[in-house]
Amino acid sequence: MKSKSRSSAKSADKSTLKAGAQIIVDTLIEQGVDTMFGYTGGVVLPLFDRLYDAPIRFINPRHEQGGCHMADAYARVSGKVGVMVATSGPGACNLVTGLATAMMDSIPLVALTGQVRTELIGNDAFQEADTTGITRPVTKYNCIVKDVKDLARIIKEAFHIASTGRPGPVLIDIPVDVEVTKFNTDGPVEMELPGYRVRPKGNARQISLAAQAINKSNQPVLYVGGGVISANASDELRQLAQKAHLPVTMTLLGLGSFDQRTPESLDMLGMHGSAYANYAVQQCDLLIAIGARFDDRVTGKLATFAPKAKIIHIDIDPASISKNVHVDIPVVGDAKEILVELIKEVEFQDRKNWFKKIAEWKKKYPFRYDSTSSKIKPQYVVEEVCRQTKSEAIITTGVGQNQMWAAQFYKFTMPRQFISSGGLGTMGYGLPAAIGAQVAKPESVVIDIDGDHSFNMTMTELATAVEYNLPIKVCILNNGYMGMVRQWQELFYNKRYSKTYLANPDYASVARAMGAIGETVDNKADVPKVVKAMLAEKKPCVVDFRVEREENVWPMVPAGGSLDEMSGLDILESMA
Amino acid sequence: MKHIISALVENKPGVLAHVAGMFAARAFNIDSLVVGRTEDPKLSRMTIVVVGDDKVVEQVRKQLARIIPVVKVQDFVGQPIVARDLMLITISAPPEKRPEIMSLIEMFRGKVVDIAQKSLTVEISGPEVKIEAFINVCKPYGIKNVARTGTIAIPRQAKIES
Repeated sequence: MKSKSRSSAKSADKSTLKAGAQIIVDTLIEQGVDTMFGYTGGVVLPLFDRLYDAPIRFINPRHEQGGCHMADAYARVSGKVGVMVATSGPGACNLVTGLATAMMDSIPLVALTGQVRTELIGNDAFQEADTTGITRPVTKYNCIVKDVKDLARIIKEAFHIASTGRPGPVLIDIPVDVEVTKFNTDGPVEMELPGYRVRPKGNARQISLAAQAINKSNQPVLYVGGGVISANASDELRQLAQKAHLPVTMTLLGLGSFDQRTPESLDMLGMHGSAYANYAVQQCDLLIAIGARFDDRVTGKLATFAPKAKIIHIDIDPASISKNVHVDIPVVGDAKEILVELIKEVEFQDRKNWFKKIAEWKKKYPFRYDSTSSKIKPQYVVEEVCRQTKSEAIITTGVGQNQMWAAQFYKFTMPRQFISSGGLGTMGYGLPAAIGAQVAKPESVVIDIDGDHSFNMTMTELATAVEYNLPIKVCILNNGYMGMVRQWQELFYNKRYSKTYLANPDYASVARAMGAIGETVDNKADVPKVVKAMLAEKKPCVVDFRVEREENVWPMVPAGGSLDEMSGLDILESMA
Repeated sequence: MKHIISALVENKPGVLAHVAGMFAARAFNIDSLVVGRTEDPKLSRMTIVVVGDDKVVEQVRKQLARIIPVVKVQDFVGQPIVARDLMLITISAPPEKRPEIMSLIEMFRGKVVDIAQKSLTVEISGPEVKIEAFINVCKPYGIKNVARTGTIAIPRQAKIES
């Protein structure tokens, strides 16, 4: 049937009529969805009935927040759009943290929520919440579908918006009556997005200006973020760094975009970044930012950030340009497309003195810890995990010290390998993220390097890992504290450890009760063999490493300080 | 500095909430915001007056453009434009003061749209400064009520057509 779908609705043959719920499932399949996450409830019954025998792998978390993090990590690892479904009211409200996490880190996600019947909206009906109102600031776009004729189009648009430009989460709210109303779905579905344009191609003149600046620079630094990973531009980044001979530092979310085993890697920069990256940024004459947004945890005090540098900023989001730091040469577009062009115009420069200086900083201030201690140092656990997995595991994290040690001591070699909540800093992200990552890559080793307090927040999802037989490994760096906050209390609040201690359960017993493997490690000497046994395990497992309780993360740029005013360098040196 | 920003937006439910929410979330100050239909039933025009330095207003413009149902954003600063504000104002006007008040209204090219025993309601439009000036001259008589639309604006065509 060629005629427009609306006009043909009346004359339609019965076989072409589909209920909204079926339209949702068919559109998801059309969009290439083969895996989704979700939790059922009253107003999504029609949809879940259609999902019952749909050819889509369905993962049911124990809490909607967990499901949203799973879909988010699934997207980060696979590069596809993550899909999460929840019911109205509490189900939708529980998505908020997950959506905000994805929003801050620009992760493509489509969340579908059920809503009360159209005629009840606004009446404070049972399990009613103003879902689009609540989630508007934490989504790239959201809307409610009030007419079944718009349903397929809006879902198609949601996938397009979520996955293009600067990616992000999109939420579609669907009242239950729309799920059951039948509609003739013949005819093509055209998107109607007059206000949404994606311009991936960078301006040729700006690219030339950037190339000239790079060729002229004596002390350049590449500063790359998650945008390089979402643009799948890691190969081009490596080519650029090699061809023009540039050192590379990464943001937390940029880790994995550049092989940290190569000599050009300066590892992570920022508040808990490497001293050599922070010094290099502060002393460079040219800073080339790609897919990064000059976050306050990266820049430290803005007024003294990279004071000698001309700044090039390559980003898909025009609003990121000159938001925090004045940019001299902006290039708006897709990182991959721009890098392909940029590589053509750059020339190799020796920059012997610059690399010599960097090598000296690297030698003087590597990430270090007291390896002679008789206690289990958390850094040692991460290092051992990295050694035994040969830098090839997918690592997820909680938030806080565990996250920083994972970022500092695991050496990442490939994109989509480090999965962490950067922008929002969502404690509890690690376990559900490991589940989402394992669903995306069943053959990979997936390890959640977690903190005890982070793990406490979402540990119910262990039951999900057991149910779906996902062999994730959880390494809890258990110091019995909310470690990062305790560190700040030690340094800035006279060691008044206000509410940073909670009584923890015995994690090994919890794991076993949920059907997973549980282990506790108290002795340093046992770490290698327990890590080995953990890696050999085919069931989900939780290893509770009882680590040094008051270990701190060094170096540290105090909040509001300049990047080169790092604390803890003397401590690092004393451990040499 | 005051900037008049004009945004063409899709005429859909929730768009105003998107725009207003963005302003609140990013701590931008709105002086006034006017929404109205355009010749195209699918589009509305929002005219937003923002006070801020160039850096802030550039962010406002970019963040507005990022909102999916926002189709086009223009900052009118430095451009020849026609900008108007419409006001309805109720002034205390006992009979003995009316001739005086009427001459003021005439001077400002206002229009009496309602009359009662002790008051007059006047419709007046023009650039913001004129509206403010009229409010000031009415103050001595006693202002009972003011309702204003906020600024709407459109570029002057001479330059565009030539």
